Amino acid sequence: MIKRNTIFKNIRKASLIAFSSIALISCSDDDDAPEEQNEEEVITTIIVKLTPEAEGTTLTLISKDDDGSDGPNAPVVDVEQLAANTTYNATITLLNETESPAEDITLEVEEEDDEHQFFYTVSGAISSTEYTDMDEDGNPVGITFTLTTGDAGNGTLGVTLRHEPKKPNDGTLADAAGATDVEQTFSLTVE
Amino acid sequence: MRYTLTILCILVSQSFLFAQDCSNILLGEVIDFHDKTPLTDAIIQVRGNKKQVYTDEFGKFTLTNLCNGTLELEISHPECTTRFITVEINGNTHKKITLEHHLEQLNEVKVTGSTITETNSAQEKILKTEQLERFGSSNLGDALKQINGVSSLNTGSNIVKPIIQGLSGSRILIINNGTRMQDMEWGAEHAPNIDINATNKVTIVKGAAALQYGGDAIGGVILLGQNRIPKKDTIYGKTLLNGVSNGRGGNISTELTKAYENGFYIKGQASYKKLGDAEAPDYILSNTGVSQFGASIDFGKLGFESGWNAFYSYFDTNIGILSASHIGNVDDLITAINSDEPSKISSFTYNIKEPRQSVKHHLGKLKYYKRFEGIGKLNVQYDIQQNHRFEYDIRVGDDKGKASLDLKLTTQTLAADINIDAFEKQKFSFGIVGRYQENFPDPKTGVRRLIPDYEKVDFGVFATTEYKLSDATTLDAGIRYDYSKIDAQKFYITSRWEERGYDEDYSDIVVSDRGTQLLVNPKFNYHNFSASAGLKHKFSNENQFRFNYTLAQRAPNPAELFSDGLHHSAARIELGDLRIKSETSHRVSASLGKNTYTWGYGIEPYLNLINDFIFIEPTGVEFSLRGAFPVWEYRQTDARMLGVDASIYNNWTDNWRTDHKFSIVKGVDRSSNTALINIPSARLQNGIAFTKQEWHNFTIGLQSEYVFRQNEYPDNIMVYSPQQDQEVELNINTAPDAYHLLKLDTEMKFNLKNSKALTVGLGINNLLDTEYRDYLNRQRYFTDDLGRSFILRLKFNY
Repeated sequence: MIKRNTIFKNIRKASLIAFSSIALISCSDDDDAPEEQNEEEVITTIIVKLTPEAEGTTLTLISKDDDGSDGPNAPVVDVEQLAANTTYNATITLLNETESPAEDITLEVEEEDDEHQFFYTVSGAISSTEYTDMDEDGNPVGITFTLTTGDAGNGTLGVTLRHEPKKPNDGTLADAAGATDVEQTFSLTVE
Repeated sequence: MRYTLTILCILVSQSFLFAQDCSNILLGEVIDFHDKTPLTDAIIQVRGNKKQVYTDEFGKFTLTNLCNGTLELEISHPECTTRFITVEINGNTHKKITLEHHLEQLNEVKVTGSTITETNSAQEKILKTEQLERFGSSNLGDALKQINGVSSLNTGSNIVKPIIQGLSGSRILIINNGTRMQDMEWGAEHAPNIDINATNKVTIVKGAAALQYGGDAIGGVILLGQNRIPKKDTIYGKTLLNGVSNGRGGNISTELTKAYENGFYIKGQASYKKLGDAEAPDYILSNTGVSQFGASIDFGKLGFESGWNAFYSYFDTNIGILSASHIGNVDDLITAINSDEPSKISSFTYNIKEPRQSVKHHLGKLKYYKRFEGIGKLNVQYDIQQNHRFEYDIRVGDDKGKASLDLKLTTQTLAADINIDAFEKQKFSFGIVGRYQENFPDPKTGVRRLIPDYEKVDFGVFATTEYKLSDATTLDAGIRYDYSKIDAQKFYITSRWEERGYDEDYSDIVVSDRGTQLLVNPKFNYHNFSASAGLKHKFSNENQFRFNYTLAQRAPNPAELFSDGLHHSAARIELGDLRIKSETSHRVSASLGKNTYTWGYGIEPYLNLINDFIFIEPTGVEFSLRGAFPVWEYRQTDARMLGVDASIYNNWTDNWRTDHKFSIVKGVDRSSNTALINIPSARLQNGIAFTKQEWHNFTIGLQSEYVFRQNEYPDNIMVYSPQQDQEVELNINTAPDAYHLLKLDTEMKFNLKNSKALTVGLGINNLLDTEYRDYLNRQRYFTDDLGRSFILRLKFNY
């Protein structure tokens, strides 16, 4: 009986310690602010610059998403009208404008060009695109390309950047796989 | 009682007069130590003699033709500790024998009848060791589906969450060996971190009527327990080996118990499981492997008056998530829904690649109890748990192999309760519990936190009582109060903060403005009440009626409050809401049943009205430069669950038995009178079994499961498809077709020397290799469910 009582006392002691440790823990580190976390390598802006091979004005297509892929705001898209039956030399630029000055993500793509590829899909009055750049293995990258328009009308240009795609691939997204860094479709008017 | 005693006294005194050698009678009475309930069907064995008798329904037994002298008896009862006593026979003798009828470790309260239940009036079901052993290579969620009214919410075949009568997640408490599991039960892809091989007995209480475990179990309570350890010098154990064809792997599990007569015991257990890619009837489900390790140790000293025990368990699992379910954006989802086959099928492998999840769970417990004569039993328990969860997505570059979600949840609980069982007709139980929890999302992931840093403090008190109105009728009632405080620190993207309208309602909790992000410090307090009342009435030994009403309140969980952002592994944006308040359930249930050797039935209707029911549903898409993602938002509404679980069995002969079960639940959003999302389909199960004990306990059973199509689901949503450049209907809610599965199971047991035994079993799941998809499997958009699988079981008892 005496032994039992000692055990009981010990347990009571242990529970007191446990209680106070709970109380202690709950009082500590209350005001430590967690570390801020930004989405890494966020891309806020896509700019496609279109220069006609022959005479004409240079056009730009812009899609801008200030709050990144986690934010509720949709990208704001700004496009200019394209000319019918024209071939444009195109250059794509990706920016991170959450930093000042803005960071040019395209440079990174260029550096790791064997691990990246842009894919362009067209419909309607936009006839076709052709790659005009290569990585060190001779596979297309797509930072520069040409875009050809057909007769006047409406069309779309889809831009997708894949990270670590299968290379070489058959030019389709399904075959390339990898992870999507950027996907944007521009609705265009051809006059 | 007094009347019987008088008669006995007369008998005893008469025996002096007519005392003769070897024609004496022993008149015995076996009763429960606590409430003096007579114990039916206790076995009385005379030592050194083959004589064996059973007690009758009044706990009485008679042994005749006894000689004067000492008689040694062994008294055993299925639910009690076996006792050895000596009786001095001197003429006709009367002896009153008490048995310890309370299973110390499980803290069970109810004693009459052949099975011990957790509650008096609630709908309750038990899975025993033999039933659990058949699922040794599977998981808890699959085993629980054997119970009528329990279904599951799956993310593939290895992440299985139980649903009780239409409710899952935080609405279901899992009590593992007396400890409430704290394992991030929110989210469809968070399965319980339980090794089914470490459990010997599972009790399901449908609804929140078991108030002593928590008042927030709006769906129910799952109690995982251990078999009783005998108080004698012994050592025993078992090893189970399972081979599984689908997944080309299996598991091994072993356990060993050493017990001593003084009450000391030690029990160790470990199991390991390894399965490769699972297979649908037509193709391999790439990256669906699993590897899992679990171990536990339990030791202590269990006495009648006092005792203690210490328990530690470790669980570590690594589960692959179907490659094809990792979609880039909404167009991928549209494509997946519209195509029959998954987009990625690779050849079979045991490797588990990204996306995958990995969880480690530690649980430690210390328990002490002491019985005070004439009062009852006091229990004190401290436990500590740590759940560490990693989710790995397909990441590239420098982040390759780095987790994109890393949550560490640490919980400590101190609880005490006292069960007062000294009164013959009434029992009381009072308890108090305090809990401290801390969540740490490691910023090393380089991904914005889906669940923030938070601290949570819970405090609860409860009181329950049971009153025996008559031998046939027992009433019960209970109340409980829970206080929860949550203190979080969270970053919100400024545009999200404004889009949610928090800038107007919660401007006072902003701690600092970091430009594009805000650090906020939400602090919430919840006061929750629960109460339960019910009755149980026995029309006869075989017919029983139960009725129960429960009021329960549940505070929102951190996911419901704070989720914010892209859940990469689900490729969807999940949004919680700071405005979410506690939900309140009013549940009425009844059960009527008959249980005889030849046949029996059970019918269990229920109605659960849940005010401010919290749920997540798809609401649209959000666009970004990475494409469009479906948005799932948490919302509250008033819900109604109305359902019934019905079963019937018949033993046609000693060898043939049939079983039939049906369950249906209707979930309605009362504010819009539309169907609720993720309500299980109606299920009909039929089984036929043949048993022949003479052939080494041979059994063979065929089970058919017909799952109806869920015809009541919310409307689909319209989304803009960038690829199609137009609004299209996203069939995200449309339920898949009905399906029918057959399952065969056969078993034989061979008794070896020295009470060792070998059990051999063969099971075939999805016998006909049926192609099917289940409404509550999140991967139904991408692939068919599992095809045929052969499971060979070997169990060695020693």
